[in-house]
Amino acid sequence: MVEHRPWLTFLTHAILIFGMLLLVIPIYVTFVASSHTLHEITSNFSLLPGSHLIENYKTALSVGPKDVGATVGTMMLNSLIMALGITFGKITISLLAAYAIVYFKFPFRMFFFWLIFITLMLPVEVRILPTYKVAADLKMLDSYSGLIFPLIASATATFLFRQFFMTVPDELCEAVKIDGGGPIRFFFDILLPMSRTSIAALFVILFIYGWNQYLWPLLITTDENYYTLLIGIKRMLDVGEGQAEWQIIMASTILAMIPPILIVIFMQKQFVKGMTETEK
Amino acid sequence: MAEVSLKNVYKTFGKTEVIHGISCDIKDGEFIVILGPSGCGKSTLLRMVAGLETITKGDISINGAVVNKLEPADRDIAMVFQNYALYPHMTVFKNMAYGLKIRKMPKAEIKKRVFDAAKILEITEFLDRKPRQLSGGQRQRVAMGRCIVREPKIFLFDEPLSNLDAKLRVQMRLEIRKLQEALNITSIYVTHDQIEAMTLGDRMIVMDDGYAVQIGTPLEIYENPATRFVAGFIGSPAMNFLPAGLSTDGKQVELHGGIRFSIQNGDVPNHGGQEVILGIRPEHFVLAESKTAMMHLTIDHIEILGADTLVYGHFGEDKTLLTLRLPDVCHFKKNTVLDLIVSSKNLHFFDKESGKRIER
Repeated sequence: MVEHRPWLTFLTHAILIFGMLLLVIPIYVTFVASSHTLHEITSNFSLLPGSHLIENYKTALSVGPKDVGATVGTMMLNSLIMALGITFGKITISLLAAYAIVYFKFPFRMFFFWLIFITLMLPVEVRILPTYKVAADLKMLDSYSGLIFPLIASATATFLFRQFFMTVPDELCEAVKIDGGGPIRFFFDILLPMSRTSIAALFVILFIYGWNQYLWPLLITTDENYYTLLIGIKRMLDVGEGQAEWQIIMASTILAMIPPILIVIFMQKQFVKGMTETEK
Repeated sequence: MAEVSLKNVYKTFGKTEVIHGISCDIKDGEFIVILGPSGCGKSTLLRMVAGLETITKGDISINGAVVNKLEPADRDIAMVFQNYALYPHMTVFKNMAYGLKIRKMPKAEIKKRVFDAAKILEITEFLDRKPRQLSGGQRQRVAMGRCIVREPKIFLFDEPLSNLDAKLRVQMRLEIRKLQEALNITSIYVTHDQIEAMTLGDRMIVMDDGYAVQIGTPLEIYENPATRFVAGFIGSPAMNFLPAGLSTDGKQVELHGGIRFSIQNGDVPNHGGQEVILGIRPEHFVLAESKTAMMHLTIDHIEILGADTLVYGHFGEDKTLLTLRLPDVCHFKKNTVLDLIVSSKNLHFFDKESGKRIER
């Protein structure tokens, strides 16, 4: 469609720019605030970057905000471990579950599929108390395994892989059988490479999901050494009568945004491919 | 090198029996074609030989050893699938080498075999490409290459040409046959295309609804179809079937509409007085003088194919429809009347009830 209507072009661009500003301005303000001293922010906040940028980030990463007890560096590491743990765990488990459901005939196969499917209806928040009890009984409070394992099962990803596996022609499986390979070979040599793009797409989605977890880490961690960054930021705000260290909070916020952004930037190509292209 | 033997092979899916006891001995180096309409169980039979389907009853043996319980990998077979089933993420080389790699063959040997096969199939220049970068015919060759490198005892083909266009199909058909002759590997080939079956097979098994209706060389089957089904399935255009009555001495045929003629030799006295089905192939009609003619056909429509001409018309009081195939280009006008005779050796009689051939 070729259109030459200057007004329309102007209007669409205006809307786009407005929308972009709506998204960018808060981030910009956060960034600017992270480059001033606390005094500058509270008394006379200018919208131009200040001169304490490096100093603020250094403090956040190495010393940490007061009253929280952990540095932003530690909390970022915790967040990263949790997000990556959840991502890899979810992908591994859903791949295996979907493989079993699609390619193996066992009693109550459909029953198990629906059982997995039903859990889609139960988000973390609904089952949080029993899950907490189980995690506590297994002595997983204040540990990485406690942060990761309860969130690792994913009906969505299982379902996605199941749908993908069902589009893979049966003849491929039979060709492997005739070529002399067993189920493990078929999985690693054929199915896994073919699911590469879907895995990449899921990786992006699941990493952001894991990074943004709030409620579960909040419940399960009391030891500062296991705080994730999101909890850390919340804790920084809970200062009661005192004065919140805004420059550190803002710096932490910017730092919290960086890993998901990096993931999206570096995996954008695979992500789009995984959503659109099918290699068959 | 292998002989394959099927002994009373049955297959049931749930409660439905789809293969009702098929027996056949396939000789070493023989090219056997399983022919039948879709849904007749021909692919199922092939998959049972491959080991992809279990055998409900009966035995399949390769070189005398029963293989019913063997995994496909242990039967030393190779198979070409209808959709080729190439591994999409591997290059052509890797596709062909995969089976050898699993069998832990030394790398140098794998390379040699793949290159040799690629040379035979003329796909050397594509070895680094992925299957999706190849055309249908090239993919077909790769699928064949994957089989050749294994040097199996038996080749299995499951309608390998049905995804190709007509011209390529003819070309590949010839190449498959040449290759099979050169390698002299026992081959079983499933198809629903009777021309493929006629041209490729040393022998063919014609299947209908889970039964092997006839097993024989293509010419045997063409000349002496065992049933009305086989007669109608082999040959294009299909054989004409006319309801007819035999005289009491079995020496004369009477068609509906009062047309009668005598059978010159090979009369059927045992069936005298019976109602039968008369089968005549379109290509066996010959134009004749008006007074010697067996029947007079009024033309409805003609199709000129260049090498020959198809004529559609009707005859007799009840306007029985007939198809004939005349050599060369014939420019007939609609409603022209043709005078036809058929040599009596080209008359086929089938039992009206069972459809079985009446031997003469």
